[in-house]
Amino acid sequence: MAATSTAGPAQIRVRGLTKRYGDHIAVDDLSLEIPAGEVFALLGPNGAGKTTTTEILEGYRDRDAGEVSVLGQDPQRAGRAWRARIGIVLQTSNDYAELSVTELVGHFARYYPRPRDPDEVIEAVGLQDKRRARVRALSGGQRRRLDVALGIVGAPELLFLDEPTTGFDPQARRSFWELIRRLRTEGTTILLTTHYLDEAEQLADRVGVIAGGRLMAVDSPAQLGGRQSRRAQVIWRDSREATDTPTRLVGELAGRYPGEIPDLQVLRPTLEDIYLDLIGEHS
Amino acid sequence: MSGPALPGALRLGLARTGIELKEFFRLRETVVFTFSFPVILLFVFGSVFDAELAPGVSFAQYFTAGMLASGIMLSSFQTLAIGIAVERDEGTLKRLRGTPMPPLAYFLGKIGLVLVTSVVQAVVLLLLGALLLNLELPTDPLLWLRLAWVFGLGVAAGTTAGIAYSTLARSSKSASAVVVPVVVVLQFISGVFFVFTDLPGWMQAIGSIFPLRWLAQGMRSVFLPPEFAAMEAGGSWHLGATALILTAWLVAGMLLALRTFRWQRHDQK
Repeated sequence: MAATSTAGPAQIRVRGLTKRYGDHIAVDDLSLEIPAGEVFALLGPNGAGKTTTTEILEGYRDRDAGEVSVLGQDPQRAGRAWRARIGIVLQTSNDYAELSVTELVGHFARYYPRPRDPDEVIEAVGLQDKRRARVRALSGGQRRRLDVALGIVGAPELLFLDEPTTGFDPQARRSFWELIRRLRTEGTTILLTTHYLDEAEQLADRVGVIAGGRLMAVDSPAQLGGRQSRRAQVIWRDSREATDTPTRLVGELAGRYPGEIPDLQVLRPTLEDIYLDLIGEHS
Repeated sequence: MSGPALPGALRLGLARTGIELKEFFRLRETVVFTFSFPVILLFVFGSVFDAELAPGVSFAQYFTAGMLASGIMLSSFQTLAIGIAVERDEGTLKRLRGTPMPPLAYFLGKIGLVLVTSVVQAVVLLLLGALLLNLELPTDPLLWLRLAWVFGLGVAAGTTAGIAYSTLARSSKSASAVVVPVVVVLQFISGVFFVFTDLPGWMQAIGSIFPLRWLAQGMRSVFLPPEFAAMEAGGSWHLGATALILTAWLVAGMLLALRTFRWQRHDQK
């Protein structure tokens, strides 16, 4: 299992991370490295240890064992200067209902030594038409984009996103993905947790699947769980066949039928198939 | 690290105060309730007890002192104990903890909020009392000075106690239920609604543990004629004891708040 990558200096380095709650082991000997500039997606069912792991990396929770380094520091002891270099988007909350979007983003910008321009941030998350709106008047998706604005206004080197698009309509998700790609282009390292496999496939350079507190697999979405090397299914009206050489089979079929092969499909295992395989015993 | 330094706690404390005040004053129902409650009570009591305590001294004079003391407790202790519990439950505090904002700035913002609201509340109460209930305001500058220190110490003690107490409410739904009864009971046993010396001895003893009794007495020493000191428990205004006990609550509240303050809900760690 390839838990390391060589793209750049590691922004996050975790070795043997363990966290217990009483008798329950929430995170079990987890190791992981995330290089600078990577978008890494952590996938897993509820209760798998995603939130515990990210909250340990964010400095919200203490660990029981293991080594953790985030931007070169131990989150458990890191101070304000370290917090100024990270951005955190937690699962949604309903605070600051009476403030306007501009006021809130502008206020959070003041916490940071080198903030982004609040107006540009508001535009980047697509809330430019809502600048003067009170937070209470925003829809769920707009509220979520405001959360993201507050997370990135400090121009973080490393951004944590906890289930950022839950409750988005498809169009809002697409424009959110564009925003994440733009942040990636600017060099922001991103650790993302999500329930949506298409989101991980769209955004992530690498995906980690966590279940029962253990990291089951880490790889690119295309390679995860030997996805590329698995046999393809070739399906057509009269039959179906699993094969390592789908191109040759399709060639043969083309000779058998005059014109189009009826109802032809060539299927590779989807990320979802692989994911369900990996978490199988834990779901 | 090179580059611009982290913004200072004082400056951010001021910015936090601005945010807190905006949030407070935009919730119209909270504003109306907070500022009118002591006034309404003063009018109710002022009308029920229409008699005079002594020639030239109305009951309104007595109750004004109590309402000022109550108002301080409402706008410091109650506002913070409920408000911070809600912010903890809703994740406001957790979000702030994830930013480089220094914790001191958050508390400075709360102190700023309490200072502004309690002063506005007191001014409204005194103005309306003077205009409509013939409340006599002190003329001696020394009495105003006394009002200032009793007020300031009361606000400070209520603030630290409120911050410390906020950890007892485990959710925003239970916050009011955990906080309000304490405030109401204290008002009854501290000489706010009834004349303190009319209360049974054991009740006076319990009331004397808490700051509201001393706060109310300190306020009476400002708004009642000096000879009324003889009617107080022990025949004196006990200003020294007031200063001492309010300071003790201020320090105890601060120590407790420093030890117990949490940025996250109880179930998260």
